[in-house]
Amino acid sequence: MLLIHCPYCDDTLPELEFTYAGEAHIARPADPSALSDAEWRDFLFIRTNARGPHYERWRHVGCGRFFNALRDTVSDRFLMTYKAGEARPDLNNPTLTREAAE
Amino acid sequence: MTYEKHQFHASPILIEEIAPGLRLSLRVKPAHRATLARAMGLDLPSRVGARAAAHGAEALCLGPDEWLITAPEGAGLPKAARAVYSDAPHSLVDISDREITLRLSGPAAVDALTTCCPRDVAAMAVGTAARTVFDSATVIVWRDGPAEFRMDVWRSFAPHVRALLAQVETEFHAGL
Repeated sequence: MLLIHCPYCDDTLPELEFTYAGEAHIARPADPSALSDAEWRDFLFIRTNARGPHYERWRHVGCGRFFNALRDTVSDRFLMTYKAGEARPDLNNPTLTREAAE
Repeated sequence: MTYEKHQFHASPILIEEIAPGLRLSLRVKPAHRATLARAMGLDLPSRVGARAAAHGAEALCLGPDEWLITAPEGAGLPKAARAVYSDAPHSLVDISDREITLRLSGPAAVDALTTCCPRDVAAMAVGTAARTVFDSATVIVWRDGPAEFRMDVWRSFAPHVRALLAQVETEFHAGL
Protein backbone atom coordinates (compact mmCIF):
# COMPACT_ATOMS: atom_id res chain seq x y z
CA MET A 1 0.00 0.00 0.00
CA LEU A 2 1.20 3.53 -0.79
CA LEU A 3 2.03 5.80 2.12
CA ILE A 4 1.15 9.46 1.55
CA HIS A 5 2.34 12.39 3.61
CA CYS A 6 -0.50 14.76 4.55
CA PRO A 7 0.87 18.32 4.86
CA TYR A 8 -1.95 19.34 7.21
CA CYS A 9 -1.70 16.40 9.63
CA ASP A 10 2.09 16.30 9.14
CA ASP A 11 1.91 12.54 9.19
CA THR A 12 2.54 9.78 6.67
CA LEU A 13 -0.59 7.68 6.36
CA PRO A 14 -1.98 4.79 4.30
CA GLU A 15 -3.40 5.42 0.85
CA LEU A 16 -6.88 4.20 1.88
CA GLU A 17 -7.43 7.43 3.84
CA PHE A 18 -6.91 9.50 0.68
CA THR A 19 -8.91 10.25 -2.45
CA TYR A 20 -7.50 11.37 -5.77
CA ALA A 21 -9.09 14.61 -7.02
CA GLY A 22 -7.66 15.36 -10.46
CA GLU A 23 -4.95 17.62 -11.76
CA ALA A 24 -3.78 20.53 -9.60
CA HIS A 25 -3.14 24.19 -10.42
CA ILE A 26 -6.12 24.61 -12.74
CA ALA A 27 -7.42 28.05 -11.84
CA ARG A 28 -11.11 28.75 -12.29
CA PRO A 29 -11.59 31.68 -14.71
CA ALA A 30 -12.23 34.98 -12.94
CA ASP A 31 -14.83 36.04 -15.50
CA PRO A 32 -16.39 32.85 -16.94
CA SER A 33 -18.80 34.64 -19.29
CA ALA A 34 -15.90 36.32 -21.11
CA LEU A 35 -14.45 32.97 -22.17
CA SER A 36 -14.74 31.59 -25.67
CA ASP A 37 -16.02 28.03 -26.26
CA ALA A 38 -12.50 26.81 -26.95
CA GLU A 39 -11.22 28.28 -23.69
CA TRP A 40 -14.11 26.66 -21.78
CA ARG A 41 -13.29 23.33 -23.39
CA ASP A 42 -9.66 23.68 -22.34
CA PHE A 43 -10.61 24.60 -18.78
CA LEU A 44 -13.13 21.78 -18.38
CA PHE A 45 -11.60 18.88 -20.26
CA ILE A 46 -8.04 19.37 -21.45
CA ARG A 47 -5.52 17.90 -19.02
CA THR A 48 -1.77 17.36 -19.08
CA ASN A 49 -1.83 13.55 -18.95
CA ALA A 50 1.81 13.65 -17.92
CA ARG A 51 4.17 10.72 -18.20
CA GLY A 52 6.44 11.31 -15.22
CA PRO A 53 6.01 13.96 -12.52
CA HIS A 54 2.39 15.08 -12.30
CA TYR A 55 0.91 17.84 -10.15
CA GLU A 56 -2.34 16.58 -8.68
CA ARG A 57 -4.87 17.14 -5.91
CA TRP A 58 -5.66 14.67 -3.16
CA ARG A 59 -8.08 14.78 -0.25
CA HIS A 60 -7.39 13.34 3.18
CA VAL A 61 -10.39 11.94 5.06
CA GLY A 62 -8.63 12.50 8.40
CA CYS A 63 -8.44 16.29 8.26
CA GLY A 64 -10.94 16.74 5.42
CA ARG A 65 -8.51 18.90 3.46
CA PHE A 66 -7.49 19.00 -0.18
CA PHE A 67 -3.75 19.31 -0.78
CA ASN A 68 -1.42 19.08 -3.76
CA ALA A 69 1.01 16.32 -4.53
CA LEU A 70 3.74 15.77 -7.06
CA ARG A 71 3.61 12.13 -8.11
CA ASP A 72 5.57 10.28 -10.74
CA THR A 73 2.95 8.56 -12.91
CA VAL A 74 5.47 5.95 -14.10
CA SER A 75 6.85 4.78 -10.77
CA ASP A 76 3.78 5.83 -8.69
CA ARG A 77 6.19 7.46 -6.24
CA PHE A 78 5.10 10.59 -4.39
CA LEU A 79 7.92 13.10 -4.83
CA MET A 80 6.38 15.59 -2.42
CA THR A 81 3.10 16.93 -1.05
CA TYR A 82 2.31 20.53 -0.18
CA LYS A 83 -0.61 22.58 1.07
CA ALA A 84 -3.27 23.88 -1.30
CA GLY A 85 -2.57 27.46 -2.36
CA GLU A 86 1.21 27.09 -2.18
CA ALA A 87 3.28 27.74 -5.29
CA ARG A 88 3.99 24.89 -7.67
CA PRO A 89 7.38 23.38 -6.70
CA ASP A 90 10.19 23.60 -9.20
CA LEU A 91 10.73 20.33 -11.04
CA ASN A 92 14.43 21.11 -11.45
CA ASN A 93 14.87 21.08 -7.68
CA PRO A 94 17.81 18.68 -7.08
CA THR A 95 16.21 17.05 -4.01
CA LEU A 96 13.17 16.06 -6.08
CA THR A 97 15.16 14.53 -8.91
CA ARG A 98 17.33 12.60 -6.46
CA GLU A 99 14.23 11.06 -4.88
CA ALA A 100 12.84 10.23 -8.29
CA ALA A 101 16.05 8.45 -9.27
CA GLU A 102 16.01 6.22 -6.20
CA MET B 1 -13.54 -40.83 34.34
CA THR B 2 -14.82 -37.87 32.46
CA TYR B 3 -14.19 -34.26 33.28
CA GLU B 4 -15.17 -30.92 31.85
CA LYS B 5 -12.57 -28.25 31.13
CA HIS B 6 -13.70 -24.70 31.77
CA GLN B 7 -12.23 -21.57 30.27
CA PHE B 8 -11.93 -18.96 33.01
CA HIS B 9 -9.86 -16.49 31.02
CA ALA B 10 -11.19 -12.97 30.78
CA SER B 11 -12.72 -12.01 27.47
CA PRO B 12 -9.99 -10.70 25.14
CA ILE B 13 -12.23 -7.87 24.01
CA LEU B 14 -15.31 -6.08 25.29
CA ILE B 15 -17.39 -4.03 22.87
CA GLU B 16 -20.13 -1.86 24.32
CA GLU B 17 -22.18 1.10 23.24
CA ILE B 18 -21.72 4.30 25.24
CA ALA B 19 -24.76 6.28 26.41
CA PRO B 20 -25.50 9.19 24.06
CA GLY B 21 -24.21 12.66 24.94
CA LEU B 22 -23.85 16.05 23.32
CA ARG B 23 -21.67 16.06 20.21
CA LEU B 24 -20.86 19.28 18.36
CA SER B 25 -19.07 19.99 15.12
CA LEU B 26 -17.17 23.29 15.24
CA ARG B 27 -15.69 25.12 12.27
CA VAL B 28 -13.83 28.35 12.98
CA LYS B 29 -10.93 30.16 11.35
CA PRO B 30 -7.65 29.70 13.26
CA ALA B 31 -7.51 33.48 13.87
CA HIS B 32 -10.69 33.31 16.01
CA ARG B 33 -9.82 30.05 17.77
CA ALA B 34 -8.46 31.61 20.97
CA THR B 35 -11.47 33.93 21.44
CA LEU B 36 -13.91 31.08 21.11
CA ALA B 37 -11.89 28.78 23.36
CA ARG B 38 -11.86 31.42 26.09
CA ALA B 39 -15.62 31.96 25.81
CA MET B 40 -16.38 28.23 26.05
CA GLY B 41 -13.80 27.59 28.78
CA LEU B 42 -12.45 24.73 26.68
CA ASP B 43 -9.06 24.76 25.01
CA LEU B 44 -9.09 24.11 21.25
CA PRO B 45 -5.82 22.36 20.34
CA SER B 46 -4.27 23.39 17.03
CA ARG B 47 -2.47 20.14 16.19
CA VAL B 48 -4.55 17.62 14.23
CA GLY B 49 -5.36 14.65 16.48
CA ALA B 50 -4.74 16.47 19.77
CA ARG B 51 -7.39 16.58 22.50
CA ALA B 52 -8.21 18.90 25.38
CA ALA B 53 -10.67 18.35 28.22
CA ALA B 54 -12.34 20.64 30.75
CA HIS B 55 -15.46 20.38 32.93
CA GLY B 56 -16.49 17.03 31.43
CA ALA B 57 -16.29 18.37 27.87
CA GLU B 58 -13.65 17.32 25.40
CA ALA B 59 -12.39 18.97 22.20
CA LEU B 60 -10.63 17.08 19.44
CA CYS B 61 -8.83 18.84 16.60
CA LEU B 62 -9.93 17.08 13.39
CA GLY B 63 -8.45 19.50 10.86
CA PRO B 64 -6.81 22.92 10.67
CA ASP B 65 -10.19 24.64 11.18
CA GLU B 66 -12.39 21.80 12.42
CA TRP B 67 -13.04 20.51 15.93
CA LEU B 68 -15.28 17.86 17.43
CA ILE B 69 -16.61 18.63 20.90
CA THR B 70 -18.21 16.07 23.17
CA ALA B 71 -19.95 17.14 26.35
CA PRO B 72 -22.56 15.91 28.79
CA GLU B 73 -26.18 16.39 27.74
CA GLY B 74 -27.39 19.96 28.35
CA ALA B 75 -23.93 21.57 28.57
CA GLY B 76 -23.85 25.35 28.12
CA LEU B 77 -21.20 25.38 25.39
CA PRO B 78 -23.46 26.41 22.46
CA LYS B 79 -24.84 29.33 24.49
CA ALA B 80 -21.35 30.50 25.46
CA ALA B 81 -20.20 30.29 21.84
CA ARG B 82 -23.25 32.22 20.58
CA ALA B 83 -22.42 35.08 22.96
CA VAL B 84 -19.12 35.79 21.14
CA TYR B 85 -20.40 35.13 17.62
CA SER B 86 -19.80 38.71 16.43
CA ASP B 87 -16.16 38.62 17.62
CA ALA B 88 -15.44 35.09 16.46
CA PRO B 89 -17.71 34.02 13.57
CA HIS B 90 -18.02 30.25 13.54
CA SER B 91 -20.29 27.34 12.73
CA LEU B 92 -21.34 25.13 15.62
CA VAL B 93 -23.62 22.27 14.65
CA ASP B 94 -25.28 19.75 16.94
CA ILE B 95 -24.46 16.31 15.52
CA SER B 96 -25.34 14.31 18.64
CA ASP B 97 -27.69 12.03 16.73
CA ARG B 98 -25.39 11.47 13.75
CA GLU B 99 -23.07 8.95 15.33
CA ILE B 100 -23.00 6.27 17.96
CA THR B 101 -19.96 5.61 20.11
CA LEU B 102 -18.58 2.15 20.77
CA ARG B 103 -16.08 1.43 23.50
CA LEU B 104 -13.55 -1.29 22.76
CA SER B 105 -11.48 -2.49 25.67
CA GLY B 106 -9.37 -5.48 26.53
CA PRO B 107 -6.03 -6.89 25.42
CA ALA B 108 -7.33 -7.62 21.90
CA ALA B 109 -8.78 -4.13 21.27
CA VAL B 110 -5.79 -3.03 19.19
CA ASP B 111 -5.94 -6.21 17.11
CA ALA B 112 -9.68 -5.80 16.57
CA LEU B 113 -9.22 -2.30 15.17
CA THR B 114 -6.23 -3.37 13.09
CA THR B 115 -8.41 -5.87 11.22
CA CYS B 116 -10.31 -3.07 9.45
CA CYS B 117 -8.38 0.20 10.00
CA PRO B 118 -5.53 0.91 7.56
CA ARG B 119 -3.94 3.35 10.02
CA ASP B 120 -1.30 2.04 12.44
CA VAL B 121 -3.58 1.94 15.49
CA ALA B 122 -0.90 0.45 17.75
CA ALA B 123 1.33 3.48 17.06
CA MET B 124 -1.36 6.00 18.12
CA ALA B 125 -0.36 7.82 21.30
CA VAL B 126 -2.66 7.45 24.31
CA GLY B 127 -4.80 10.58 24.63
CA THR B 128 -5.00 11.28 20.91
CA ALA B 129 -7.69 10.56 18.36
CA ALA B 130 -7.96 10.37 14.59
CA ARG B 131 -10.55 10.32 11.89
CA THR B 132 -9.89 7.33 9.69
CA VAL B 133 -11.75 4.60 7.84
CA PHE B 134 -13.01 1.27 9.18
CA ASP B 135 -13.56 -0.96 6.17
CA SER B 136 -14.43 2.16 4.09
CA ALA B 137 -16.81 3.63 6.72
CA THR B 138 -15.54 6.93 8.14
CA VAL B 139 -14.97 6.62 11.89
CA ILE B 140 -13.21 8.54 14.63
CA VAL B 141 -10.94 6.42 16.81
CA TRP B 142 -10.07 7.76 20.27
CA ARG B 143 -7.30 6.11 22.24
CA ASP B 144 -8.09 6.48 25.94
CA GLY B 145 -5.60 3.94 27.26
CA PRO B 146 -3.13 1.31 26.07
CA ALA B 147 -6.00 -1.15 25.60
CA GLU B 148 -9.00 1.14 25.64
CA PHE B 149 -10.54 2.82 22.62
CA ARG B 150 -13.67 4.66 21.65
CA MET B 151 -14.96 4.67 18.12
CA ASP B 152 -17.54 7.09 16.73
CA VAL B 153 -19.47 5.51 13.87
CA TRP B 154 -22.10 7.16 11.69
CA ARG B 155 -25.35 5.43 12.59
CA SER B 156 -26.06 4.33 9.02
CA PHE B 157 -22.71 2.51 8.97
CA ALA B 158 -23.15 1.10 12.48
CA PRO B 159 -24.78 -2.25 11.50
CA HIS B 160 -21.93 -2.92 9.06
CA VAL B 161 -19.25 -2.04 11.62
CA ARG B 162 -20.98 -4.00 14.41
CA ALA B 163 -21.28 -7.06 12.18
CA LEU B 164 -17.58 -6.94 11.34
CA LEU B 165 -16.63 -6.50 15.00
CA ALA B 166 -18.91 -9.39 16.00
CA GLN B 167 -17.11 -11.60 13.52
CA VAL B 168 -13.71 -10.46 14.82
CA GLU B 169 -14.87 -11.15 18.38
CA THR B 170 -15.95 -14.66 17.45
CA GLU B 171 -12.56 -15.33 15.93
CA PHE B 172 -10.74 -14.06 19.02
CA HIS B 173 -12.87 -16.26 21.27
CA ALA B 174 -12.08 -19.22 19.05
CA GLY B 175 -8.38 -18.43 19.47
CA LEU B 176 -7.72 -17.62 15.82
